Amino acid sequence: MRRTLAFAPLVIALVVGAFFLWGLNPDRDPNEIPSVLIAQPAPAFSLGPIPGVPALGLSRKNLVNNEGPIVLNVFASWCVPCRAEHSVLTSFVERNGVTLFGMNYKDKSEDAARWLAELGNPYERIGADVSGRAGLEWGISGVPETFIVASDGTVVFRYVGPIVGETAIKKFKTALVEAGAIKGDQN
Amino acid sequence: MAPEIGHFSLALGLALAIIQSIVPMLGASKGNLLWMHSARSLALGQVAFVTLAFLALMYSFIVSDFTVRNVAENSHSLKPVLYKVAGTWGSHEGSLLLWVLILTVFGAAVSLFGRNIPDELKARTLSVQAWISVGFLSFLLLTSNPFERIFPPPADGNDLNPLLQDLGLALHPPLLYFGYVGFSIVFSFAVAALLEGRIDAAWARWVRPWTLAAWISLTAGIALGSWWAYYELGWGGWWFWDPVENVSFMPWLLGTALLHSAIVTEKRDAFKSWTILLSILTFSLSLLGTFIVRSGLLTSVHAFAVDPERGLYILALLAISIGGSLLLYAWRAPNMEAGGVFKPISRESALLLNNLILAASTGIVLFGTLYPLFLEAVSGEKISVGPPFFNNAFIPMMLPLILVMGVGPYFSWKRADLAGVYQRIKYIAVLSMLGTLLIWYLVKGGPALAYVSLLLATWLLGATVHEWLNRVRFYDGSFSDFVRRVQGLPRSAHGMTLAHAGLAVAMFGFIGSSAWKSEEVVFVERGSVVEIAGFQVTFNGANQVRGPNYIANRGTLVVQRNGLHVTTLYPERRFYPAAQSSTTESAIRSTLAGDLYASIAEPASEQAGNSEVWTLRILYEPLVNFIWLGSLLLVLGGCISLTDRRLRVGAPKRVQNKKTVVAAE
Amino acid sequence: MKRTLLSILMFAVLALPAVAVEPDEMLLDPDLESRARAISKELRCVVCQNQDIDSSNAGVARDLRILVRERLKAGDDDQEVIAFIQARYGDYVLMRPPFKSTTYVLWLAPPTFGLIALVAGWLVLSGYRSRRRPDALSKEDELLINDFILDKEKGE
Repeated sequence: MRRTLAFAPLVIALVVGAFFLWGLNPDRDPNEIPSVLIAQPAPAFSLGPIPGVPALGLSRKNLVNNEGPIVLNVFASWCVPCRAEHSVLTSFVERNGVTLFGMNYKDKSEDAARWLAELGNPYERIGADVSGRAGLEWGISGVPETFIVASDGTVVFRYVGPIVGETAIKKFKTALVEAGAIKGDQN
Repeated sequence: MAPEIGHFSLALGLALAIIQSIVPMLGASKGNLLWMHSARSLALGQVAFVTLAFLALMYSFIVSDFTVRNVAENSHSLKPVLYKVAGTWGSHEGSLLLWVLILTVFGAAVSLFGRNIPDELKARTLSVQAWISVGFLSFLLLTSNPFERIFPPPADGNDLNPLLQDLGLALHPPLLYFGYVGFSIVFSFAVAALLEGRIDAAWARWVRPWTLAAWISLTAGIALGSWWAYYELGWGGWWFWDPVENVSFMPWLLGTALLHSAIVTEKRDAFKSWTILLSILTFSLSLLGTFIVRSGLLTSVHAFAVDPERGLYILALLAISIGGSLLLYAWRAPNMEAGGVFKPISRESALLLNNLILAASTGIVLFGTLYPLFLEAVSGEKISVGPPFFNNAFIPMMLPLILVMGVGPYFSWKRADLAGVYQRIKYIAVLSMLGTLLIWYLVKGGPALAYVSLLLATWLLGATVHEWLNRVRFYDGSFSDFVRRVQGLPRSAHGMTLAHAGLAVAMFGFIGSSAWKSEEVVFVERGSVVEIAGFQVTFNGANQVRGPNYIANRGTLVVQRNGLHVTTLYPERRFYPAAQSSTTESAIRSTLAGDLYASIAEPASEQAGNSEVWTLRILYEPLVNFIWLGSLLLVLGGCISLTDRRLRVGAPKRVQNKKTVVAAE
Repeated sequence: MKRTLLSILMFAVLALPAVAVEPDEMLLDPDLESRARAISKELRCVVCQNQDIDSSNAGVARDLRILVRERLKAGDDDQEVIAFIQARYGDYVLMRPPFKSTTYVLWLAPPTFGLIALVAGWLVLSGYRSRRRPDALSKEDELLINDFILDKEKGE
């Protein structure tokens, strides 16, 4: 008994150590928070268009009963990484035929309009979330964030942060293929 | 040139450490005195080279040598010299160098002052200490070289995080590390004793001063860190149960247990394998802290830059040192029990309870801190374990400890006379109850837990002081007798009284500032008046001032009570252009009764924002200074205990006098 | 990309000591406001590192504070408000983990540890009280004692 008990601290230390080893996996990001929306229907929200921008507004009913999956991007003109991400999203729309909706988060309409005029508008619909209230419904923690919504309105994927750089684009593209938004052999 | 000297010194230090990790150990097993004694010069050489490296880095910071990457990333030419010096340990690399420096300092100190320690034990201990040195010096050189150059050098540095440009935080890491790393020598003693297969009362006596020294520093370090958080973060909290705070708190809890169990081992030759285990675990928890802070395993406010490769290296070091020592423990410890017999009501039992509670509390803090990681690994789910959990789990564990702490010192060794003890302390119990009732009558309201804690804190203070007065027989005899007895009492007894009283005093601070804190958050313009805790505070506008490396808006607050001027406070909001960030410099009017604590900031919403409007936050924190006063008493108690001649590290053999021992018990 | 994210996070950390809850967010009803403050301390700011929304200056924390107050004004009780936020942000935002299958272990750990300590104490006490001197010493013990005596003679 005593002998067995004397091994207890070692065993506990080894078990804890194994968890540490798992935790050091470079693919694991301790700051990443899983979204509760995954595999859930898109939350209810309804947003008008940005004044001065030709795109239509956005609400929950636009996300259901679509022909294919929708990509919903949360962006703002004051968000520096969004600028870098913009060209990536544009190329998804132009080259892969992805349907892109936007949520303009806590922005001034003039700033947003200028930003879109300057960089181009890849968004089919844009909802102006002036108060940030719709963003809370989506559980966003910052800008940019990007969701993939299946044709029946189920949220299937969420990406936090800008989709910029090889790894991020690859990860997002894989998710698009899985959702059926693009074919696997496209690039 | 200095960086190259530093780098080279580190390599030399590593070379010496490697020799020291082998030769004295071999000497001890072969009985070769010369080899055993080589540990001394090796340890001294090691500390000399590591010190040289540390000074070289410090020099690079002082002269702002931006060709050194570490300096460029963590310093700025306009930074005050004090913070340039402190910048030496502001980064991952520099703080690790400090860590290693303290490690070698402890090794050298044992080789210099541990004159009464037998040669074999000393040689083995120093070799084990050198194993740790080898591990961390190689880690420093291979993964985190602080002397790395960059080309081309930037015109100026990135500046140290302005939050860290503060006197309290400049001193916090060295003290904390002194505590953390100080436990390394206790660990080395334990491993050496396990290798020898022999633990006795004498071993415990050699180890106690080192434990105490490390514990004192750790106490001071934690208290300083909490004080810094209190006045610098701007919302008046002093403990957040953040993972990084927890990992410094756990070695403290377990170190406190060790401090007490070593007493039992010394006086009664009991709890031997437990004391050894605590020695190993206390340092293991320090290592765990180093690992968690530097690996980015958990999210924390205080973590260093994340690097999985470094994390893996430290994890490997942990596996070798902790795993190896615990394996050795599992092999050797079952052979070493025995020791003095005692009854359930005795000093031993009280100290046993102390140890069990402290160990269980450490377990709870550890489990709560790591649970999010466990759960994520098992189910992928992410949760937060925050202050509500720790407060709910930890405080109920501490309350019985306080109860026992009051009565424990009254118990005699082996078997205590419960009826006699009851006679001596019943008045204290009644008095503390009356005192708490009186406070309840005066204050009215407040959480029940606050009153329970208040009762226990009063009890602890009363019982501790009463025990001391009893011991010096204050209640009978003349004043000169009293003075003579105070002088005759061993220093360690005074130390214990001070430290226990210190905890009671700190408790008043914990209770007052958490249960009866009041707060006002308002927008103010020139002339606005805020009422809080009987003070009238008038905001007289803010004006811009320039510091050496920042621009600040300084508010002027005139504080009055009943129409009389009390003080004027100048809270600042500072902006550091080089680091592109702001800090809040709160202004505090401190008294023993409580702190009036003010900070200002720009309003967040733009509607409220014209440049004349400020968000003013005023807190009144009753008794909050008792926390640091109590910590000071804990530290002071430790220091006085350390000067006890029975514990004095350099004391010659056989200094012991049977009579003093009896008096101390 | 990881770097950019890191630098963003770094900024969040650096900007940390700021304003927390603001006067214009606060409710006029002191009872509701004090409930709002208490709830805010139970909710974790998702972009900060280990900080509740009450003391955070991040934009999303401010939005959540306002949302908490909105729900309170709409007549929700404290639990409903917390559940409302939890439904959108998950268990991660709860500073006090919910008591459910994945956290039974966490919540039961403290009493279990306490219990283990009690049992251990009882075992040790009964061991120390009733230990009898064994009739004969094992060889190891004999050696140990010899060493010990020798040591004592040497003057420790």
